[in-house]
Amino acid sequence: MSEFKIGHREAETVSILDLKGYLDAHTAPKLEEAFQNLLRSQRYRIVVNCRELSYISSAGLGVFMAFIEDVRNNKGDIKLTNMSPKVYNVFDLLGFPLLYEIFKEEQEAVTRFFDRAR
Amino acid sequence: MKTRSIQVESRTERLIAVRDFVSEAARAFGFGDEDISKIALAVDEACTNVIKHAYRSDPTKIIQVHVSAGNGTFEVAIRDDGVRFNPAQVQPPDMKEYLTHYRRGGLGVYLMKSLMDRVEYSIAPGKANEVRLIKYLPR
Repeated sequence: MSEFKIGHREAETVSILDLKGYLDAHTAPKLEEAFQNLLRSQRYRIVVNCRELSYISSAGLGVFMAFIEDVRNNKGDIKLTNMSPKVYNVFDLLGFPLLYEIFKEEQEAVTRFFDRAR
Repeated sequence: MKTRSIQVESRTERLIAVRDFVSEAARAFGFGDEDISKIALAVDEACTNVIKHAYRSDPTKIIQVHVSAGNGTFEVAIRDDGVRFNPAQVQPPDMKEYLTHYRRGGLGVYLMKSLMDRVEYSIAPGKANEVRLIKYLPR
């Protein structure tokens, strides 16, 4: 699975996943595993940074759909940032901007969690 | 009419080879980056459906991808001899309902139709299943 990598950082109480490469039916299980690990550790404030994500297919979009309900039921959220226009277009085509908050910059998404907490 | 073909094993790790093959053919035919991305994604979705549904993840099966291009028309035919797929059974998803209930899966067919100008299916007993993804070159 060398064509897709996930980095994991923590910023205060927010978990940040950095996606890199090609997210398709082959690599989607890797993202699924990353979300499962976060939920297992009760990390529900999640920012997904797509700066280095070159490609996404519906298999990748399906992973976001699979976890969003669980995450929100635990007062968390999955927020997306730094998408290239190409990747954003795929999200947009399926109406995902109605369901997910998408930010230009990672810091805006992280801050948003604390706005809400106040 | 120019034609070229590739055949790959029914495994998700081969999707990248199919995308590269189709992208190169689309570029050679004269499409720009945006259309090339759309075509590659639509073909990825069609092949993913074959791997998961027609061949039920049996990696020994073969997927054939044929590109024919001419007269401003670019057509990618994806063929398999797995479980027959009846396109009449696929309802166009209600995206609002879809998003409200966090459903997953089934987005591929919707994407294929959105990304291409035409999507056609041929299914007949004793013959390979075929989905044809068609895009016209902008004038």
